[in-house]
Amino acid sequence: MEENERKLSKLSRWGLKKSPWAFHLNTGSCNNCDIEILDVLTPKYDAERFGIVLVGSPRHADVLLVTGIVTMQTYPRLLHVYEQTAKPCLVVAIGACACSGGIFDGSYHMVGPLDKIIPVDVYIPGCPPRPEAIIDGVVKGLAKL
Amino acid sequence: MSLTNLLTYVGLVAVFPGFVFTAVVGLLSSWFDRKLSARLQWRVGPPWYQSFADVAKLLGKETVVPAGSAKLVFLGAPFVGFAAVVVVSTILWMASIRPDGAFVGDLIVVLYLLYVPSLAIIIGGSASRNPFAALGASREMKLMLAYEVGFLISAFTLVVKNGGIVSLGGMVAYQQASGPMLSQGISCIIAFIVALIYVPAKLAVGPFDIPEAECELISGPFTEYSGVPLAAFKLTKAMLMCVLPVFLITVFATTAWSPWAILWYVLILVFVVLIKNTNPRLRIDQALRFFWGPVLVLSIVGIVLASLGL
Repeated sequence: MEENERKLSKLSRWGLKKSPWAFHLNTGSCNNCDIEILDVLTPKYDAERFGIVLVGSPRHADVLLVTGIVTMQTYPRLLHVYEQTAKPCLVVAIGACACSGGIFDGSYHMVGPLDKIIPVDVYIPGCPPRPEAIIDGVVKGLAKL
Repeated sequence: MSLTNLLTYVGLVAVFPGFVFTAVVGLLSSWFDRKLSARLQWRVGPPWYQSFADVAKLLGKETVVPAGSAKLVFLGAPFVGFAAVVVVSTILWMASIRPDGAFVGDLIVVLYLLYVPSLAIIIGGSASRNPFAALGASREMKLMLAYEVGFLISAFTLVVKNGGIVSLGGMVAYQQASGPMLSQGISCIIAFIVALIYVPAKLAVGPFDIPEAECELISGPFTEYSGVPLAAFKLTKAMLMCVLPVFLITVFATTAWSPWAILWYVLILVFVVLIKNTNPRLRIDQALRFFWGPVLVLSIVGIVLASLGL
């Protein structure tokens, strides 16, 4: 976790802001937020304008887009993926479930919410959040770096 | 060798026309690829500095070495491939700029060095102890076996045609004296078509992105790579994107140094991008059948025609 405060050169910091590669992780969400994430990548919103590309491997990722409440099943996988991600990375909690547990708060199978497990940089509430809100959240998160 | 000589050589390899120049042109070409793809899909696409930002970012990121991988090979492979591309780009540009230079390498050296990046991907992927990477490496190997045969035959069609000149400088000088190879008969045109099909396969884009197939194999041999080694791979790919069209132009379509070369370069890139955006990915057996069937037959027809003097 202390790796996340890794010193970045000015050039790499600029690169990180201009090319955030996103990895999409579902930790037990109902798939609604996931569809909204895919909306961001469609020609209508075209996130590649900002260099945002969806990558398949957490090793390549700079932004973890996490949806869902973190169920007992996905808890170890979430830890694995977070450890596999090359630091520094930005963790974005997308949707009411990832932010707070939403309507599942207090369920028997819930380990989350997300910020109890890994450090979260950006919260994007909504059930599901609109694509505009997701882009806005990621941009605000990058401004923090 | 005197010191100034040595410095000249280092400058040739490291700055112009070797590493820096080819990297800049290659990164701009890979941006061109992404921008044109975006426009074809009714999107806006990334800004011109996108590929530079990608590499700059990767250079600053953490490099993760997966537990149980062959560390030295895993970290070394990207740089071997990268070094090969730097050398091959220097040789190619020097052959075009100074065809009568002391050592400008020959066709066989270039073909040999063009193998190395693919080999590096295979070795690096296999060393990373990841099932996706292993599958990707095995597919890359099969793809290489598929496309190289036809391409080698088409390259040697030119040698048959020009009367046994294999040095690149000689080939450039020959074309400057008696017109570009493409204007010298049907056999060269056939060879050029085969070589054009080779370009997307070598770059692993378009219908031939079988090793990286992101919806099946995460990202194939690159799955475990992060940080600097991944940047080396990305840079190698980008430079290949510059080197392959330049190679084709050098051996097929050299005219006296002129804007025609730039037009050719853009045309080849556009061809690659159009093929990439209009064709779905082939399965590895389909690709193998395609290259060992029609493409191989075409290249053999080409070399037979060349030996008949057509």
